[in-house]
Order: sequence, then C-alpha cells, then structure tokens
Amino acid sequence: MLDTLVAGLLRGNVYALGAVGISLVFGVMNVVNFAQFSFFGLGAMLAWFFVAQEGLPFWLALPLVLVVCAGLGLLVNVAVVRPLARFLPLAAMLSTYAVSQILDNASQLAFTAQFRVFPKVLPTSNLHVGSMRFGTSDLVMLGVTATVMLGMSAFLRYGKVGQAIRATAQDQEAALQVGIPVGLVQHLSFVIASALGGLAGVFVSLYVGVANPTSGLTTGMTAFVAAALGGLGSLVGAVVGGFVLGIVEAFGISLAGDTARQIIVFAVLVVVLVVRPGGLLGKVPLIATEPLTGTFLGKGRPLRVPRWVWPAAFVLGGIVVPFVADDYVLTTGTQVLVYAVIAAGFTVTAGQAGVVALGQAGPIAIGAYTSALLTLHLHVSFWVALPVAGLVAAVIASILSSPVWGVKGHYVSIATLGVGTAIVAVIQLVLPQGIYGIPVPTWAGTPLSTPRAYYLVDAGVLALTLLVTWRLRASHLGKVISSVGSDEVAALASGVRVRDYKALAFAVSAFFAGIGGSLLAHQYTYIDPTIFTMLMSLLVVTIVIMGGVSLPYGAVVGSLVLIGAMELLRFTPELRIIAYGLVLILVVRFRPGGILVRTA
Amino acid sequence: MSDLLALEDVHVSYGPFHALRGVGLTVGEGEIVSLLGGNASGKSTTMKAILGLTRVRAGVVRLAGEDVTHRSTAHRVRAGISSVPEARRVFPEMTVDENLRAGAYTRRDRAGVADDLDRMRELFPRLAERRRQQAGTLSGGEQQMLAVARALMSRPRLVCMDEPTMGLAPRLVDQVLDEIARLNRELGVAVLLVEQQAELALSIASRGYVLATGQIALRGTAAELLDDPRIHEAYLGKAVPA
Ligand SMILES: Nc1ncnc2c1ncn2[C@@H]1O[C@H](COP(=O)(O)OP(=O)(O)OP(=O)(O)O)[C@@H](O)[C@H]1O
Ligand SMILES: [Mg+2]
Repeated sequence: MLDTLVAGLLRGNVYALGAVGISLVFGVMNVVNFAQFSFFGLGAMLAWFFVAQEGLPFWLALPLVLVVCAGLGLLVNVAVVRPLARFLPLAAMLSTYAVSQILDNASQLAFTAQFRVFPKVLPTSNLHVGSMRFGTSDLVMLGVTATVMLGMSAFLRYGKVGQAIRATAQDQEAALQVGIPVGLVQHLSFVIASALGGLAGVFVSLYVGVANPTSGLTTGMTAFVAAALGGLGSLVGAVVGGFVLGIVEAFGISLAGDTARQIIVFAVLVVVLVVRPGGLLGKVPLIATEPLTGTFLGKGRPLRVPRWVWPAAFVLGGIVVPFVADDYVLTTGTQVLVYAVIAAGFTVTAGQAGVVALGQAGPIAIGAYTSALLTLHLHVSFWVALPVAGLVAAVIASILSSPVWGVKGHYVSIATLGVGTAIVAVIQLVLPQGIYGIPVPTWAGTPLSTPRAYYLVDAGVLALTLLVTWRLRASHLGKVISSVGSDEVAALASGVRVRDYKALAFAVSAFFAGIGGSLLAHQYTYIDPTIFTMLMSLLVVTIVIMGGVSLPYGAVVGSLVLIGAMELLRFTPELRIIAYGLVLILVVRFRPGGILVRTA
Repeated sequence: MSDLLALEDVHVSYGPFHALRGVGLTVGEGEIVSLLGGNASGKSTTMKAILGLTRVRAGVVRLAGEDVTHRSTAHRVRAGISSVPEARRVFPEMTVDENLRAGAYTRRDRAGVADDLDRMRELFPRLAERRRQQAGTLSGGEQQMLAVARALMSRPRLVCMDEPTMGLAPRLVDQVLDEIARLNRELGVAVLLVEQQAELALSIASRGYVLATGQIALRGTAAELLDDPRIHEAYLGKAVPA
C-alpha cells in the first residue's frame, strides 16, 4: 500500500516535470507541443551515453543533458513551431508530432534502438521505513523535482522575466504592448520545457533502470495527459495532474496489471474533461475561443477543377492503373485507396463540423477487429462484414466519444485522442496476440487474393465513399453540419443542437474509418494492436490537411502524396516519418488551406 | 515645431483588405489629440501601426524625428510610446502591482520604477488599496485605471489609448476623461485618444482627426470639428476625404 504510494509519487514526479514543460509552452504559444515527448527519450539516452559510454560522473552528465535538450528545444521552436504557429496553431501542433518522430528516429540512428542498461549511479534500495524499501536515488529525484518546482514558481512569481512569461501567457497582445519581447519569451519557454523534459527522462531511466530512444513516448503521452488533466497552461495544474496520474496509475497497475496503464490514464483524462472541461485547475475555455476547430474554414477557395478531370481520374485510377500496373504498384495503390476512404470520411468531421479528432485509429481498429472476428469465427461473408464493421465502428466510437462533444477547443482534440488510444488499449488488453488467418474476400466463389483484386475492391469502395460524402455535403443535413463548423456560436444561436451534429459527423467519419479498417484487415490477413497507433491517427489528419480539410477528393490527393509517393520512393520507415513531417511543414507553410485550396 | 509622433502616408493591409489608405497625422509634445471614426474605420489599426503591432506596407511612422516604421514594439516603448489597449486588457491573473511592474518591463532603473510605483498609488488611490488583488477581479472602471496606470509606468512621452471609455457607465466615462486630462496637465504626457464618441473626446482634446474607411476624412481643432456638420456624415461613411 505504502509502497504503491511511493511508486506513484516517483512516477508522478516525472509526469509533473514533463507536464510543466508542456503547459508552459502551451501557455505562451497556444500550441500543444508533442516534441516534448522526445526529450524524455533523448534525456535518457544522452545521460546513458555520457555516463555509461563516456564515463562522465553523473553530476556532470546531468547538466550536459539539460544543455543539449535546451538547445534542441530552442531549435525546434525557431525552425518549426514559431513559424507555423503564426499561421495555424493546429499545424504547429501536428508538426511538433513530426518533429518528435524525427528526434526519436535521429536518436535511434545515433544510439540504435536497443534497450540499454542504465548505470546505477545512486543506491536504489539502501533505505527503509518500516517494511518499505527505497533508495537514495528516489530521495534525490524527489528532492530535485521539489527544488526545481519551487525554483520555477519563485522565478515566475518574482522574477522580471518570469513575470514576462506569465504576462505573455495571459494576454500575448497586451504583453507586446508593454514592450515584452514575446518572441524571446517563447524561445525561453521552449528552452525551459525541453530541459525539464530531459530531466524527467533521466529520472525515468534512473527509476526503471533501462533507457531506449523511443521510451519517451509512453512517458510523454502520460505527461501530456497530466498537463491536460491539470488544465493546459496552468503550471500548478500540471504538477497536480502529474502526481494525481502517477498515483492513480500506480494503484491501477497494482490492481489490474501493467496492460491497464493506458486505459487508466485516458479514462481518467476523459472523465476529468467531461466533469471539468478546462481541466482540474484550468479555466473553462469560452465558446468564443476555438483555437483548433474552424481554423481552416473560410481560409480560401478550392481550386477550380475542370469537369473532365473526374471521368479522367475515374478511368485512370479505376481502369487503366489496375490493368497496366505491376503488383508492387497495385499493392501500394490499395494502401492509397484505403487511406483515401478513411480520410474522405474524416473530412465530414474535420472539414464540415470543424472538429479535429485525433483518434481515428480507434474506429479503424474497431472495424478491423469486427470484420476479422465475424469472418473468422462466425463465417460471415466479407461483403456482409464490411458494412457491419463500419456500423459497429460508428456505434461504438460514437458512444465512447459522446461525452466529448461538450468539451471545447484543444480539449476536443485531446479527448478524442484519449478515446482513440483507450479503444486500442482495450483491444490490446482483450486480444493481445493479434489475429492470424483472416479470410480473403471471395467473389462468386473465386478468392480475391491478388493485389489487382484488392485494388479493384478498394477502388469501388472509394468511389462509393466519395459519392456518399459528396451527396452529404450538398444535402440539408450537410449544410447544417457545415454551419456548426464555420460558426458554432451562430449555429447555437439559431437553435442548432451543436453537440448532436458534431456527434453525427463523427459517427459518419467513424463509419468510413471502420470500413477502411475492415479492408486493411482482409488485405493484411493478420492484425494486432500495434498497427493502430497514434501515428496512424495523425496520418489521417495529415492527409486531410494536405488535400484540403473540407474536400473529400482532397483526401485522395493527400493519400496519393503521403502514402503513394512515399512508398514508391521506397523510403525506409524512418525516412518516411521524417518526410511526412517535412511535407506537412511545407504544405502548411505555403498552402495552409491544403494543396487544392488557394489561400486568399 | 518638431512633432512627437508623425504618421506619413501610412498604408496597412490585412491580406487583400486595404485597411489604412494613406493615413497622416501628428501629435505634438504634451498635446491631447483625438482620433475619431465609426466602427471599422481603422482606428485600432492606426494604433497598431503606431505601436508596431501590425506591418506597415508603405509610409513612415516617426517618433521624435526617428523613423521607427520597422522597429519592434519594445523599441518604441523604450523610445517613449505606451498604450492602453482596446477593451482594457490587463493581465487578469496577475496582481495589480504585478500589472504595474509589467508596464515598466522595458526600464532598467529599479529605483525609478519603485518611485513611479509609489506615484501611481498616489495618482490612483483605488489601485493602492487593491495592490494585491488579481486584476481580473477588479471592476471595469478599476481595470481601466489600471490599464492607464500601467501605460504610464514606462514613463512615456505619448500614451495611445484605444477607446478607454468603452463599456463604462456614463458617470465613469466622465471620470476617466477627467483623469486623462489631469494626467496630461500634471505629467505633461501627450495623449492620442481613440474614440467613437466624438463630443466626449473633443471636450478634452486640442485637435482631432476623423477616420473614414481607412482615410483621414476631416481634421481640425476641437472647436472646429465640434461645429462641423460633416463630422456626422463622416461617421456614416459618406464623407469625401478632405
Ligand atoms: N487582424 C485582422 N485581419 C483582417 N482584418 C482586420 C484585422 N484587424 C482589423 N481588420 C479589419 O480592418 C478594418 C478596420 O478595423 P479596426 O479594428 O482598425 O477598426 P476600428 O476603427 O478600431 O473599429 P472599432 O470602432 O469597431 O474598434 C475592419 O474592417 C476590420 O474588420
Ligand atoms: Mg477599434
């Protein structure tokens, strides 16, 4: 009992450090900084490198780690976040995820992906109180964290620069007007946040005893949830959120095992956000400030597409390609088509209802598993399982997300991310091994197992998807959904039940995500929970942004670029992630409305 | 006479929208000048151009003879301009004292700042009583005082005020205007007063300009403008640039 509490405090301590960094940056930039995740892994690896490889004493290695992390943090802000945040905070946020992927992969290239044993720099179980054992290491960690937190709060409260940080977070324009150099304040916040992230990373490795370049992701995710839990932008909230999560998690794990971790974390998040939409200590965001939703709408006009393009594209994609391309191109093509189906469906949520949901991997996974289980165990035909997969995904995802629609701004994205991650975590808990031997579809008795057959099936489904989304946009219902996205206040004022329409839009998107999941499952013939990652969710969002968030056919273009071109260029997975990031950064920089949208 | 502030043929655009089309105006040392105009005429944009909060596409902003068109806001604050933003944006989660100190952010002389802090407490006794209160919890009128006091903390030669009377009860409006006139008299600071309510603003100003759709439609002394029937037309957007 007491042991669990101490374990919770130690975890919470790490989450609190990370969460403070995330909240600090959010406060002054209004951007959720996923790159913070990487600094955990990076801090751990750098500390391992300096201590285990270079033989430096720990007390010298630690400041070195902090300096390197701080410098990298500054670079991230100068090169990516600040230039993008001016155009589109959402784009900046997505790019920070790309940056975090880049950093993780660079770290893997530098240190390899191995788990490294972290040297025992301080004794870990030399002390005890009653029956409870702990070490100097644990005391030092708690002591350093407490010192850092007290130092930070004194700095923010009494320091001139600290006050400038607070002023910037409270009202950026007013801060500029009194002559505060807001740009420098933002740089400084990144420096502090990244150093804190590095420190937390070192602590994780001290505590766990191993380090790995990608180990930052789980810690980072939890720290991020802690920041959201406490209320983004509130530093006290971040500390509270960190410790609350650490302790809840420790007790949860001791009761339900380590696999329940993510479910606990995200369940806590969703519950808190529903009860207190601004987090434990955050202000409830006002309806008027919607930093994410609606960001794209009204930003430009779609390019005029000549009429002949539609039949030409249909003939080329549906008839010419399947009969001239080789298997390799066709296999790539199936991926392009499936992601186009998912993304085209997603334009209803992101483009029309103006909700940037970040958890589409959830409904995709539901669709994949539903279809796999139905065909494998109940011997249902693929053609029946396909629409059922869509329906089940729509129903389950909608039920789970239903509390989310009252939440505002960034929190909608965060909450949907939470729901999506929790769905996959539940699947992992129930069916950890994955499913083999998912039957291939058959048509009139012949198995459709060639890449060409898959391609044709997917092309047909895409054509239907585009038709449905296109008709929906033109319908009365579609117009109401769009009114919710373009001006929520006006829509509310004219009696539109905004929540219901957001939920409906999300259900439509989840339906197509489920369909896409089913198609993927039957093509892979094998699925497991590791396929349905946050990267998959963000890929869907990125595709949609790339093509133009409210254009279903833009999703096809986005998918061609992000899935097709990357594959045909035979990029390795690491390079591909880096390329996603760069492409996204470039598109957002030069065509913030998407490739097919001309900005005014 | 060398002007403290001079705008020469200033143009500002927001994307394709041409918000200021060649605005020229001057404010002399110790003078109160009011900038009038209806909604969306470009008053706040002019203020932003003066403060360096928006990019000036063409034209020159001069402060005491120095061309500051492309200098940062912080530089301009050090050079002597400060501002009371539209809708009195105090830092809501900072105390009254912290807000005042934020106003002196660009200053390096600690002793001078401490003196000025005392002086603000004398000038605005209400703020002295509430020095540890969070600014967001002050009443509207008190927030307005705080925004003005904060602007004075940088020891400005010119304070630009964007609709300082907006949303205040009529009694408070008079009080705030009296306060501005008093500060101008006692401290000798020049004031550029952006206002929609022409008569009120002109009652304390020596001169005024009237903006209409991004251009100066009328200019003159306060007395001239108060008598000019065209001022009403300007507000309706019908006036031809003079
Ligand atoms: N950031 C911006 N982006 C695009 N257009 C803007 C922006 N800021 C102002 N405008 C437009 O410029 C015009 C002038 O705006 P400004 O705020 O200067 O008017 P104003 O005279 O201060 O009006 P009010 O009395 O209502 O405060 C308006 O049409 C406004 O819509
Ligand atoms: Mg204005």
